[in-house]
Amino acid sequence: MRLEAKNVSFRYREHSPWILREISLSVEKGERVGLVGPSGYGKSTLLRLMGGYLKPASGEILLDGKPLPQKGVCPVQLIYQHPEKAINPRWKMKKVLEESGMFRREIMEALGIEEEWLSRYPRELSGGELQRFCVARSLFEGTQFLLADEMSTMLDVITQAQIWNLVLKEVEQRQLGLLMVTHNRALADRVCQRVVELSVETDGE
Amino acid sequence: MKHKAFKINRRTRTIAAAAMIAAVLAGIFLAGVLLGDELVQADFSQKGLQPSWEHPFGTDLLGRDMLVRTVKGLSISIIVGTVASSVSAVIALIVGVAAATGSTKLDHFMNWLIDLVMGIPHTVLLILIAFACGKGLKGVLIGVAVTHWTGLARIIRSEVLQIRSQQYIEVSRKLGHSSWWITGKHILPHMVPQFLIGLILMFPHAIMHESSLTFLGFGLSPEQPAIGIILSESMKYLSTGAWWLAFFPGLMLVVIVLLFDRLGENLKKIMDPYSAHE
Repeated sequence: MRLEAKNVSFRYREHSPWILREISLSVEKGERVGLVGPSGYGKSTLLRLMGGYLKPASGEILLDGKPLPQKGVCPVQLIYQHPEKAINPRWKMKKVLEESGMFRREIMEALGIEEEWLSRYPRELSGGELQRFCVARSLFEGTQFLLADEMSTMLDVITQAQIWNLVLKEVEQRQLGLLMVTHNRALADRVCQRVVELSVETDGE
Repeated sequence: MKHKAFKINRRTRTIAAAAMIAAVLAGIFLAGVLLGDELVQADFSQKGLQPSWEHPFGTDLLGRDMLVRTVKGLSISIIVGTVASSVSAVIALIVGVAAATGSTKLDHFMNWLIDLVMGIPHTVLLILIAFACGKGLKGVLIGVAVTHWTGLARIIRSEVLQIRSQQYIEVSRKLGHSSWWITGKHILPHMVPQFLIGLILMFPHAIMHESSLTFLGFGLSPEQPAIGIILSESMKYLSTGAWWLAFFPGLMLVVIVLLFDRLGENLKKIMDPYSAHE
């Protein structure tokens, strides 16, 4: 199984400047790919395109040669940079896990989610703790690819290491495809098998 | 001792004030319902008395006690206010959510509808609707209910639009949840404060408009002891010097309206603390 972007171009409105132009990128199942590049070169945009959150102006996003499903559960899941924005502030954490049917002991253990966090509201947890919930929520059975958009940037180094260790273990075990965006080249080298420089491909234009 | 009184914080004071106002309003409503009709029977021996300890609000030219009539009238006003603003708030919720959730065309249509209702002078529209529905309680209720939802509908529409652009809504969609599910589980719970505050702040308008409709003769029928009826009757006697016939009922109407307004403002501060800094 592979997720690929084929000659994808994107801009927000007609006549506005291109953000991405003729980009091709593919991730195999079980492969870990890093996407690095300066700010404003469209790394996150590419990730959102590949997750089906945005529609490309031209080109296509293919999962196993077919377009991404528009409705229903999506096998490609995106994890955002700011977990506090990606969780409904009025929901208790248990409900957040239940939303994707991931209120399961083994997942909670694998990601180090403690029992007592479940009855709290999001503002009563730290960023690292919240991010574990975001990861847990995305790791249901149907998930084939995980897109991580600067998932650990907001966290301190110790929490970063913890989260990545947990995620890598899960990714390894389930043979998921991972595409991660980061500014941290060292992190990308450590986590990924292959690192793509977006600036080289687009040449800044 | 004096020091201790200052230590009650603002939240507690706000809640206490809201509770007291609610109690006063509930008391007036219950009093109006429970007081028997025999208290407002004509008694020509007591006709046209000035305010006194026995009749604090005086009596009218049929010898009826004005205090009892005023309380009964306010009670009717509170009923009309409650029913009409509840219906109005529900309309606002449906229109607001539909406009923000549905297609662009629906949104344009709803906005056009809001502008249309807002564009016509309130009183004119009220009179038209109340008259078309055959006056009486039904006419007033329908009239007030279908004219007061516009402002709240706008607020709810913009709130829903804002919530719908949040990341957790995008995530929910990718987790395979339908638009209905998202509206019910994610969006509507966020609308509760706006809805309740909008509802209570609609009360004063509803009560005022009910009274003015009745005053103008398009509202409740003359045998009902509504405030509007009392006020329009008293107009005939003002020139003869019977000032108390209009003064006390009018004053009480203003007091009730202000109480509802304060209740709404207090609740707003409790449920949406940011608004206290505005």
